[in-house]
Amino acid sequence: MQTKRSTYQNRWLPFLLLAPQLAITLVFFIWPASQAVKSSFERTDAFGFKTTFVGLENYARILADPSYLNALGRTAIFSVSVTVLSMSLALLLAVCVNRVLRSAKFYTTLLVWPYAVAPVVAGVLWWFLFNPTIGLLPHLLDWFGISWNHRVSGTQAMILITIAAAWKQISYNFLFFLAGLQSVPQSLMEAAAIDGAGPFKRFWTIVLPLLSPTTFFLLIININYVMFDTFGVIDATTAGGPGQATMTLVYKVYTDGVAGLNIGSSSAQSVMLMGIVIILTFIQFRYVERRVNY
Amino acid sequence: MASITLEGLRKTYTGDVHAVKGIDLAIEDGEFVVLVGPSGCGKSTLLRMVAGLETITDGTLKIGDRVVNNLEPAERDIAMVFQNYALYPHMTVYNNLAYGLKNRGFKKLEIEERVRKAAKMLEIEEYLDRKPRKLSGGQRQRVAMGRALVREPAAFLFDEPLSNLDAKLRVQMRVEIKQLQRRLKTTSLYVTHDQLEAMTLGDRLVVLSAGKIEQVGTPMEIYARPASMFVAGFIGSPAMNMVPLEYLQTRGTHDLLNDLPADTDTVGIRPDDMRLSPPDAPHLIVDSTLELFEAAGAESHLYVRLADSDQPTVIRVSGQPPVKEGETLRFYVTREALHPFNSAIGLRTGD
Repeated sequence: MQTKRSTYQNRWLPFLLLAPQLAITLVFFIWPASQAVKSSFERTDAFGFKTTFVGLENYARILADPSYLNALGRTAIFSVSVTVLSMSLALLLAVCVNRVLRSAKFYTTLLVWPYAVAPVVAGVLWWFLFNPTIGLLPHLLDWFGISWNHRVSGTQAMILITIAAAWKQISYNFLFFLAGLQSVPQSLMEAAAIDGAGPFKRFWTIVLPLLSPTTFFLLIININYVMFDTFGVIDATTAGGPGQATMTLVYKVYTDGVAGLNIGSSSAQSVMLMGIVIILTFIQFRYVERRVNY
Repeated sequence: MASITLEGLRKTYTGDVHAVKGIDLAIEDGEFVVLVGPSGCGKSTLLRMVAGLETITDGTLKIGDRVVNNLEPAERDIAMVFQNYALYPHMTVYNNLAYGLKNRGFKKLEIEERVRKAAKMLEIEEYLDRKPRKLSGGQRQRVAMGRALVREPAAFLFDEPLSNLDAKLRVQMRVEIKQLQRRLKTTSLYVTHDQLEAMTLGDRLVVLSAGKIEQVGTPMEIYARPASMFVAGFIGSPAMNMVPLEYLQTRGTHDLLNDLPADTDTVGIRPDDMRLSPPDAPHLIVDSTLELFEAAGAESHLYVRLADSDQPTVIRVSGQPPVKEGETLRFYVTREALHPFNSAIGLRTGD
């Protein structure tokens, strides 16, 4: 693709125009991130009077810490389940809406609403629904002989945050899947129908492969979402409990740093988290995208 | 191989939109029939009804001896070539061809054999491993054809397959489609809005207008004897000139106008039937002013205005006659060149 080169009379004008964006990136990303990297190599005493450089000690410590390794495993389970759940439900909904001729706009609007809900509010919402004392769902589950109490059961707590986090992300995935579906030419479906493929076969052999760029994009976005943006949901529903059952990496960064005041360890953890996401994204681009290309 | 029979076929959309208003047509086994008409005449809808991509509101559709009204497209034993080719972009050419066979549970060896055979016939063997986006328009067109013919269906349906190609390639593919159909002798139904494509491809033409058949016949039958003013205007390029009979009578030129059928009020004359030199046979003489001279290589189009009238008329002559714009032009028309019409009903009056 050819890009158009613009020329400016004043050579400082382009920099001036870029300045607001650069300032925001510097103040809200580069600076805090470098602070985190810096403090991940340091140890601060309990009163914050003295800071000493300790090298990689913080990293060595968290990697030897069973609670960190547990959080790592839980985060893996959490991100896979949220991504799979929200993406598959979103795809299902998008397929349904794509089939509706009338009032597709109406359904789309309704389905996009959850995206406008703040993560904490989403968390509170599900916390209410699943509240063992006053919630509606535990009451219903009781009829099926399931005793719901996510304050006691770690598995149930995990299910709760997975549902809440996935629910929040469905809207976003839905919009992209719907756009993807609408860009699949109708004539391809017709050609496949004449070629003897039933609706399910058409979906698996034509639609899904053609959606793969969308799916790939969403995979990255969703994993990033689960890694970073689920803090609010967890904080409002389980706050990492019971015990450490829903302590994910990002929540642990918060508890160790803000609540536990262990700035060094917390910084090292957040740098690790950033590293994990960078590596995952790199792997995805490197290996998955190759198969997506057609 | 099979015949296709359409009996009173209708398509009505919600809101009382009648796209196809009762079509009766019998296509014989092995015949190449072209549906031709302007855009919006219902020709594509009709083809899609035969394919099973549109439901049939009323009437009976038979392929062979089977009534297929309610069968799925896959069960009708037809193959279709789409206007935009509709190749599967994520599959190689080989898999594009094999897809329909795989879905029908063919054995791997048989698929391989059929695909190779079709690819050879269409000269696309070297592209079998490529994805469609790596192919040119003409090659994609061949792949689309290949996908239709590997299945060896009872009938081919073509939905304006050449309209996305450039002019030169279009002529070439047109010839190839014709030759292929001659060789395979598969019943074919071909939709186009291009009258030249229709004339050159079809064993028979079906001229459609506003969801109804205007005329059915061999290309030359239709050209020589258009059944209605619509067909007269649609088939042939430049279009047939329509001159009011009254005008010719007031020119008082000849009594050969007298034996035209009684209710004739308009006379159609093909641009190439207007001679610049007097023929031996009895003829009309009409004067006109040359407004525009269009040289098109082997032939020329003369846009004239008839004397004492604002009637625009086109004359086609071969070569480049020594004429200048603005000069008075006299032309001659024999009796055989006159197509009598009644403009009130829009039909031919006989003859």
